[in-house]
Amino acid sequence: MSTQIASRTPYPYEHRLDIWILNFILLIMSKLEETLRSAFGESATQIEGQQPSSIAAFLVPRERFAEAAKALKKEYALLAAEWATDETLLGKGFGIYACYRKESEYLIVKTSAPADDPTFPSLTKKFVPAYRFERQISSLMGVTAIGHPDQRPWIKHEDWPEDAWPLRKSFDASKSLPRVPGEYRWIRAEGEGVYEIPVGPVHAGIIEPGHFRFQAVGEDIINLEEKLGYVHKGIEKRFEAFSWHEASRLAARTSGDTTVAHSLAYSQAVEALTGCIPPDRALWLRALFLERERIANHLGDLGAICNDVAFAILLYQFMRLKEMFLRTNLKLFGHRFMMDRIVPGGTTFDIDADGVTTILSELDWLEKEFERLVVIYDENSSVEDRVRDTGILKSEKARELCVVGFVARASGLNLDCRIHHPFPPYDRINVSIPILVSGDVHARAWVRVEEVRDSMRIIREILKTLPDGEIAASVGSPMPDRAGFAAVEGWRGEVIYWVQSGLKGEINRCMVRDPSSVNWLGLEQCIHGNIVPDFPLCNKSFNQSYSGHDL
Amino acid sequence: MIRILGQIFRTGIVTEPLPPVTDPEIEKIGVELGKIIKRHFRRSLAIRQVDAGSCNACELEIHAINNPIYNCERFGIHFTASPRFADMLLVTGPVSHNMEIALRRTYNATPPPKLVVAVGDCACTGGIFGESYASLGGIEKVIPVDARIPGCPPTPTALLQGILKAVGR
Repeated sequence: MSTQIASRTPYPYEHRLDIWILNFILLIMSKLEETLRSAFGESATQIEGQQPSSIAAFLVPRERFAEAAKALKKEYALLAAEWATDETLLGKGFGIYACYRKESEYLIVKTSAPADDPTFPSLTKKFVPAYRFERQISSLMGVTAIGHPDQRPWIKHEDWPEDAWPLRKSFDASKSLPRVPGEYRWIRAEGEGVYEIPVGPVHAGIIEPGHFRFQAVGEDIINLEEKLGYVHKGIEKRFEAFSWHEASRLAARTSGDTTVAHSLAYSQAVEALTGCIPPDRALWLRALFLERERIANHLGDLGAICNDVAFAILLYQFMRLKEMFLRTNLKLFGHRFMMDRIVPGGTTFDIDADGVTTILSELDWLEKEFERLVVIYDENSSVEDRVRDTGILKSEKARELCVVGFVARASGLNLDCRIHHPFPPYDRINVSIPILVSGDVHARAWVRVEEVRDSMRIIREILKTLPDGEIAASVGSPMPDRAGFAAVEGWRGEVIYWVQSGLKGEINRCMVRDPSSVNWLGLEQCIHGNIVPDFPLCNKSFNQSYSGHDL
Repeated sequence: MIRILGQIFRTGIVTEPLPPVTDPEIEKIGVELGKIIKRHFRRSLAIRQVDAGSCNACELEIHAINNPIYNCERFGIHFTASPRFADMLLVTGPVSHNMEIALRRTYNATPPPKLVVAVGDCACTGGIFGESYASLGGIEKVIPVDARIPGCPPTPTALLQGILKAVGR
């Protein structure tokens, strides 16, 4: 029993009694692994190279890949990510991975396909996010999901050559892509008075590009179909050209407003892979940066949601608060968004006693100002009329779509990596998760309000208990053919990074799963029964990343 | 309503004066161009922002120049929804392959006289995304550029200074 606990304890924290106790409890409750073992017996072999040791990974035969999904779904697992890797340089074919999550437990199920038959059974019958993940796998890696009802490309556009699979090792990423004629088939609605409204990719405001196609009768939306991929920069492929150290700059620029969470997830995945233990002070500073990023983005979003209901005064008031907040980031940490402040091994910036005082007095000021604005938002009946009961994502739908982050919490799902997959100091600071069930625009705004309040309290706790010491440890080279995993609660939701080392210890694969990859589905589902003018409001209440999704 | 009015009076005016340009990085291409621009765009500037594949950090800073502290509208700068009304295209991102056509069409839809300003390291040189199958390596590869504002992302001050310098003020 004790060796099992030892193998469950996250690698850097084996000396921590509290984590041992947590894992003892987890052991009793680790349903997903048990479920897989009892359904598969000998057919599921544990993958030894997966780090940290708290994440179990199993290899199953290809023909039973969907069966694993079925068994885990019965156990109420959610699909967190699904991806493929080109393991031909490691002497294997293509690896297809599915990461399942149930509360605190992550389980990775892998199967492999030979290079001459790159197919695998689709998981779409059991898990809705598989629709997007598998289209992406098919488009970018050329590994097809058998039984997937939608064979249109995703992220890859219809004018790419059919056989352009950028993530394959055989693909030369430096050559430009020719354009070929192609057509994207849209879901259409037929009937009298049905209009098809295309929006984008260049949108009316200062915002990322993406395409939305509405089928509408008058103002009522019958269907919304998204087409993304406009901001695809080949990030996952580009990772493979960098060293582990250089790549942290790329991770920071995957999604500019989530730079801290992405850097953190990347760094944690690399630390898990290489067995590096960052010093405690670095962990506390990382949490500080993460919470500051959360507050800054929520302030901006609350203002933007009010602007979309024509309540512009709160836009400018919130933007003023956000500006002051970003200036403190610049003053203390050298960058308004704290880009490149988290690297594998620790952080690149420290904080002194003056800095702590600055932040604490800033929080006192922010709290007062923030509460005043929240009351104005809450009391205004015109705003209430627009935001309540608009863009409702029902709880059952949210669960079916496996959404994460504040979108999930606004629709009744109890999900937060800071509680379910914590790193110190989150394991000792009580994080309260605000959960609402209405799933409307107001719920998504209100979850943000509560999170800002809670983040301010968490920052105070972090600064009160900040340990002394170094801010970075050195990172060694990884062993060949090992994998690292990390999940971090960014401000949008769970950011997952999975890294794999090649034969020379280089980056063989860096899989990025931004929360937007699942949450975009939520927008399509919440819009039913709403009117076209409410679309910008719903979109803003979700505020998902295009760049983090398209990679 | 009283609460709203109270908040307005309590906040007051927070707009800050723009510091003079000391940063030599902000580069304007062409002295002759400057004279033409000064003549045409003296009073106001309508900007159409185009994201050609950026990570979104530049967009956040462009949002910031609209906030009450930087207040770009006091200079007559405002953002417009359609390229047809625009005098200037503010372009971010290295130009992803999938945005190349949209960027070209937006540029063609903007009636002359027009200016193109590349915002951020990615728009200037491709940044960390460089040149690849998916990233074209800077907007110069697609449309002519009149001014560059480097940075990752450039601060709102640098943005304002760069835009004003591009129009000759």
